[in-house]
This record gives sequence, C-alpha cells and structure tokens, in this order.
Amino acid sequence: MDNVQKELLKQIAGLHEIPVGAYNIRTNGKTEARNSTEHIEIVPKEGSDGIVIKIKAGTKNESIHIPVVLSEAGLKETVYNDFYIGDNCDVTIIAGCGIHCGTDDSSEHDGIHTFFIGKNSKVKYVEKHYGSGDGKGQRIMNPETIVEVGENSYMEMDTAQIKGVDSTIRKTTVKLDKNASVKVMERLMTHGEQRAESRFVVDLNGENSGANIISRSVAKDNSYQLFQSVLNGNEKCSGHTECDAIIVGNAKISSIPEITANNSDAALIHEAAIGKIAGEQIIKLMTLGLTEEEAEEQIISGFLK
Amino acid sequence: MLELRNVSFRVAEGSKDEEKGILENVSFTLEDNKFVAITGPNGGGKSTLAKIIAGIEKPTQGQILLDGEDITDWSITERAKHGISYAFQQPVRFKGVTVFDLINLAAGKEISLSGACQYLSEVGLCAKDYINREVNASLSGGEMKRIEIATVMARGTKLSVFDEPEAGIDLWSFQNLIQVFEKMHKEKKGSILIISHQERILNTADEILVIADGKLVKRGSKEDVLPALLDAAQADTGCEMWQKGVQR
Repeated sequence: MDNVQKELLKQIAGLHEIPVGAYNIRTNGKTEARNSTEHIEIVPKEGSDGIVIKIKAGTKNESIHIPVVLSEAGLKETVYNDFYIGDNCDVTIIAGCGIHCGTDDSSEHDGIHTFFIGKNSKVKYVEKHYGSGDGKGQRIMNPETIVEVGENSYMEMDTAQIKGVDSTIRKTTVKLDKNASVKVMERLMTHGEQRAESRFVVDLNGENSGANIISRSVAKDNSYQLFQSVLNGNEKCSGHTECDAIIVGNAKISSIPEITANNSDAALIHEAAIGKIAGEQIIKLMTLGLTEEEAEEQIISGFLK
Repeated sequence: MLELRNVSFRVAEGSKDEEKGILENVSFTLEDNKFVAITGPNGGGKSTLAKIIAGIEKPTQGQILLDGEDITDWSITERAKHGISYAFQQPVRFKGVTVFDLINLAAGKEISLSGACQYLSEVGLCAKDYINREVNASLSGGEMKRIEIATVMARGTKLSVFDEPEAGIDLWSFQNLIQVFEKMHKEKKGSILIISHQERILNTADEILVIADGKLVKRGSKEDVLPALLDAAQADTGCEMWQKGVQR
C-alpha cells in the first residue's frame, strides 16, 4: 500500500496497520487483504462485485473492518456487500470509503450494504467518508444501506462525512421487527460546491419497535444539502427524527421530516432546525480569548462531534 | 487598573433620527485587586456598562483604559487576551460542546480533568455529574449560571466582570455562591466588578457604584452607600426610583 492509500485508511478507519479480527481491505477496485476468523466468514459475492460477511450466532465483542480506498483517478465502481448476522451477536462493523483525486478525472464509489440481523443481537455500524487530493475530478460516493432488524435486536449506525466528498446521495432503509430498534447518528459537512442528499425510510413494523434518527449537519460556501427522514409507524412503536443544521455563507439546506402513524399506538416525533451560528455563541467564545474564526471553528467541530 | 472616562452609549430610537441615551458620561476607576459592586434599578444601564467593558458594545462617546492603555477600539478577543473576563447574565448554550471543553477553552490551555473539576466544585456543582455533559438545553438556568462563573474562574484574569451572577440560582446554592465571591475577594487574585442586587454580595464589596437612568448617581464604600439603599425612608427623594430595583 502506498502513502496516499495509508493516509486514506487512517482517515476513514483510524487504521495504522492491518486490523485485528476479520477484515476486507479494498483498494482501487481489488481486494488488498482479507481475513476471516473462527466466527466471522468473509467470502466474495457471487454474480456481482462485493463480499458476503457471515457472522455466526453467538459471536460477541468482535469487530469487522471493511474499508474501501480509491487513490487512482477515473475509477467508478459499484460494490454489493451483504451482512448476515446471526442470533445473540454483539459486533462492531467499521466501514468507510476514502477517495483521493489527484487529477481532473472523477472517481466514484457506490456501496450497497445489506444487513440481515437475527434475533437478540446488537450491531454497531460505523462509517466514515473522506475525500482528498487537489485534482478537479469529482469525488463521488453514493452509499445505500438496507437493514432488517430482527426481534429484540438493536442496530446503531454512526455515519460521518466531514470533508472532501463532492457529491453524495445516501439512502438508508430500515425495517424493524418486534421489539427491534435502530439509532442513527449522521454527521455531515459540505463546503465549496458540494452536494449531499441523505434519505432515510424507517418502517416500524413490529410491536414496541423504536427508531431514533439524528442528523447534524453543516453546509458552508455554496454547498447544498437535503435531508429527508420518513418514519412509518405500522404498529405500537416509538419513533423520533431530528435534523439540526448550521448554515454558513451562501449554502442551502432542505430538511423534510415525514412521519406517518398507521396505528393509533404509534408515537412519532419530528424535529428540524436550520440556522446560522448564533451570534451570542461566537461572542461568548471571543470573551474567552478566541478570534471570531476560531470561535466558529470550535462551534462547528463541537456540533459535529 | 480599569478606567472609564466619560463613557456614553446612545442608540437610535424609532424611525426618526431620535436617540435614546443608555449611558451618560459615566466615569470611574477600578483599582487593582478591588471588589466593586454595581447596583441600581433594572433598565438603568448596568448590563450595557458591563458589555462595554468586555467589548461587546462600543461606546458612542468616551474612553476605556486598561493599565493606562486606551482599549476603546479593541475587539472582544483582544480585551479577553489582555485579561478581561466577562460572565454573561444569560449564559450561552452550545450543542456538542461539553462543560470540560468550555472550561478548557476558558483556561486557554489544556487542563487536566481534575483541574477542571475543581472549578466546578468551587461553584457548588458535583464535578463528576457535569464535566462530560453538553452545555445545551438539558442544563437548567441555575446550572448554566454556575458553569458560567466556573469559566471565568478558570480564566483567572486580572479583571472579571459578572453580570448578576446570583440571578436564577436557588436559595440553597446562593450561600455557596456568596462564599465563592468572598473567597475571590480574600485571595485578591484580580479586580472584580460585579453587577448585583443582593445585599450579601453588596456587603462583600470594597466599593459600591449606583447606576440609575444611565448615570453614575452614587459611589462610595458600603458603609456610605448601603444604609441609604437599604432604608428607603432615609433615602434622598431623587434616588427613590432606583431604590425600587434593589432587592432585600
């Protein structure tokens, strides 16, 4: 792996070396390294580009790293990764994509991740997207995540796209069974001429299912963001969606929360707020000795933390 | 030493070219390591005066000097860096910024967790319950006020301005708060300018300034000023208006 690839890997997965446990590292369209463990099997997906990850029932406290790195300009790929998580598991999956564009050719990675989570399991999914390089080529990522959460299971998604991705359309669909729940924390920052769309559709199909979808985003310069969150309460359930956005410069943000109760015992809440950084926040930090720019940076980094 | 020379602050009022005077020719000197309280009726200009010292508002007339240097045109940041601290009357909330982050920013250097906790303990907050909490809407007004005071203490500058630190603090915590200010005064770590309506805080002060209707109407030791403030019957008739603003 060269230095550019290593840097991307560090940014998206915090990896300095080959990780412990199961992993699949993909660079420039090819598998760079792969490792299965006793409980986690990673095999190529038949019929399309991608991998299948099978996690045996009862697997606890294990992690899977599946980073993707694109350092050659002009690459366009669509990858399908399927996750089968058995019953009674407790696992962390660290995904992420880093694109470096050093020329005027665009690079694109579209990752379609499908999760089938069994009963009584707990899954944490961490995903970071990052772009670097000073080429004029666009860095494009379109992730799609499809999740089916089984009875009594819990899925936590922690996603972040903080820098360097020019165009992204992110789609997440979740179906929740009885007593199943999902929590999503999405953090997004766009700048320059970047565009980002994020759409969530959560079907609360099972009795006592729950969803909490939280998005925090900052749009700077001339960038554009769209956040859509659809919660369908089809049973006795509870759902909450919240979008908090800070707008800087000439950026534009649209937020479209949509909640539908198809059952009288569905309790659904949506909250959405878009606004500039409050002037008094900047003043407070200036009274602590920060400059206006430092104050703004501090407020944004705290907000996206 | 902080010196205000003929400071006035006027704002435009209404659609015509009319002006309203918030402060008129206020002059005073705050000596090093002195504890001075400002009191007077609501709407008299006290908070504006504090903001003018912190640099949040610019006076329309007059000068502000810090250790002999004219700082009238200095920004908030420059004043903060030169040793002026200001505790907001209504502390600001931040999403994502923790109490620890804020104390660290205030200290201006990396401080240890135990160091930060000490400031919280001093303002009567159980440090371990608060240190990792976000300074957001989940904190009550009284909690915010105490964290605000802790940030000013963490700065440890030569001049600290507090705008009604007691407002919103419950009766049980008030005693503790008084001790905080008494300790600050005793340790003489810098000058303190405190806007307050509380007799016990006024009692701690070396000197009391009374501001009413934008003017400095009285200045003196607590022995000179307090009795008149506390006993409306003996007060000068001209001062009746501002006496109403004093809580006992």
